[in-house]
Amino acid sequence: MIDPKTLFDKIWKNHLVDVQDDGTCLLYIDRHLVHEVTSPQAFEGLENAGRQVRRPDLTLAVPDHNVPTTDRTARIESKEGRIQVETLQENCKKFGVPLFDLQDIRQGVVHIIGPEQGFTLPGTTTVCGDSHTATHGAFGSLAFGIGTSEVEHVLVTQTLLQSPLKNMRVTVDGSLPTGCTAKDLVLAIIGKIGTAGGTGYVIEYTGQAIRDLTMEGRMTVCNMTIEAGARAGLIAPDETTFEYLMGRPMSPKAGAWEQAVAFWKTLPSDDGAHYDKEVRLDVSEIVPQVTWGTSPEDVAPITGNIPMPADFTVDGKPEAAQASLDYMGLTAGMAITDIPIDVVFIGSCTNGRIEDMRAAAEVATGRKVAAGVRALVVPGSGLVKEQAEEEGLDAILLEAGFEWRDPGCSMCLAMNDDRLEPGQRCASTSNRNFKGRQGFGGRTHLVSPGMAAAAAITGHLTDVRDL
Amino acid sequence: MEKFDKLTGVAAPMNMINVDTDMIIPKNFLKTIKRSGLGQNLFDEMRYDRNGNENPDFVLNKPAYRKAKIIVAGDNFGCGSSREHAPWALLDYGIRCVISTSFADIFYNNCFKNGILPIKVTKEQLDNLMDEAERGSNATLSIDLESQTIQGSDGGEVKFEIDEFKKYLLLNGLDDVGLTLQKSDKIDSFEAQQNASQPWLAGVAKV
Repeated sequence: MIDPKTLFDKIWKNHLVDVQDDGTCLLYIDRHLVHEVTSPQAFEGLENAGRQVRRPDLTLAVPDHNVPTTDRTARIESKEGRIQVETLQENCKKFGVPLFDLQDIRQGVVHIIGPEQGFTLPGTTTVCGDSHTATHGAFGSLAFGIGTSEVEHVLVTQTLLQSPLKNMRVTVDGSLPTGCTAKDLVLAIIGKIGTAGGTGYVIEYTGQAIRDLTMEGRMTVCNMTIEAGARAGLIAPDETTFEYLMGRPMSPKAGAWEQAVAFWKTLPSDDGAHYDKEVRLDVSEIVPQVTWGTSPEDVAPITGNIPMPADFTVDGKPEAAQASLDYMGLTAGMAITDIPIDVVFIGSCTNGRIEDMRAAAEVATGRKVAAGVRALVVPGSGLVKEQAEEEGLDAILLEAGFEWRDPGCSMCLAMNDDRLEPGQRCASTSNRNFKGRQGFGGRTHLVSPGMAAAAAITGHLTDVRDL
Repeated sequence: MEKFDKLTGVAAPMNMINVDTDMIIPKNFLKTIKRSGLGQNLFDEMRYDRNGNENPDFVLNKPAYRKAKIIVAGDNFGCGSSREHAPWALLDYGIRCVISTSFADIFYNNCFKNGILPIKVTKEQLDNLMDEAERGSNATLSIDLESQTIQGSDGGEVKFEIDEFKKYLLLNGLDDVGLTLQKSDKIDSFEAQQNASQPWLAGVAKV
């Protein structure tokens, strides 16, 4: 083939509105997701300049970061949080932007609802003022997080000024062993390439282990791509993708559907396409993964021990690892399974989908949350919650002593009332273990939903395969 | 946006890698609908204790660095979330320039939208600049964007690379929304062409 292209190259080329002499590209944006935290200053910019939203029909807004995960009819306790949600409501009304408001069953975490509605489609560009926009790459959409000034730029022009990114291919061979999930797979990748390993790249995931994943699992992998420093993750669309999208409210309708699928089938990378960097790993031997530190690259197998800071060879890492252990209240060398847990959080744009709810319920069936442990399950959207309830998952989780809450970002970043107290330790299915991320002084161990549920049952980090 | 051409000021050393956006401005300060006022909470969890008292060991609390305009930091500065509150907080405090060996992509882009210059240097150059910054208010750095140089107080000079277009916007303090709107005809024709080839994309979200 002449000039073989990657999936990324194809999407990029398809969206070029203009290329400046210096190579800066004006890129068309097909899908813009908006939430309450990173949009108020952008709308203010429009207001001040007397500008309009160019394409409200390509824009979808939802409050998620600040929303309470208990009674929706009660007002938001925090005054600033309430003002932010109200400001989103007012801005959407003023500028004609579609909004899934608090009482709408379709409301949920912004990166859950896009795919769920069929708003996220293969071959598109998707942006949002949120770094976990990478999630949508699971559909073969070039999806990345942007800052508020860029949100304003997209609202007004439906375009973004971007410099081309480099291509990295991560090939994941083998089949995931029992007890291991997409979360373990992506944690293993981040552990291998580090939190800056992907800076400047778009990562395309390929290989048998990726092909075997469901859309939910692929979203988990692409979601955490930003934790490896890459702005976007991509997975080529295939039958799994088409099956997921068919019949969703905003997916192409009959007639257009066949045309769309035919186009989507042209998107996968061509044989012989060039990648600037290649990474390969085999996951057939991995065990469930856990983070021990305050960077997502601080990954260890559940069967392992806390590493010795002095063993790290990367410049600055021994000091950073020691600082992490001090903050986490852990000792080098101790067994990971000896780490006790106070709180369990199951939810977020990383692991708040129906499969994640099922994985938690499966572990919880016929068991009880350990005394002294608080365990929250927060479905990613109203529709995930509804489906889980239809499947009886809520009853299983409640019976086991888990809390079953309303959708939102919740304790992933603790902007609402769901947060850790200083010193509390959490097994969390979210995406970041930064200092204070889940609450000032809180300590986070990132794990899969099954592993989080297992920790809730035993009261310490536990190998889910042993239950 | 305030333009950036020359800057002379004290440089605060932050000799750590992976300074993330949660460290720069923790989430409890994201509940604002304004861009201003975040400077008092810049690096909040490192800068203050639980009761709001200053931590005397944190660099920006030391007398020599309280008026710093530049930060010199380790690898991968600004990793984590897309929050533009991070550059807003830096700017509101008075930081106009961050020097590191590498930056996270979103943070890097966000700086340019706010008149902040992020400068990438080599590891060796960073080590020298870090040593210089450690000398406190006796050692100021002078940055000249036009000539792409960092001048140390003892006369040493470091050249740095920067994208030409980003440099142009920063030097002139330009709002890129206005620039893009001049290309409206190109956007119009792109939309017409896409609407013909992928008609299923338009009109999906409804009020």
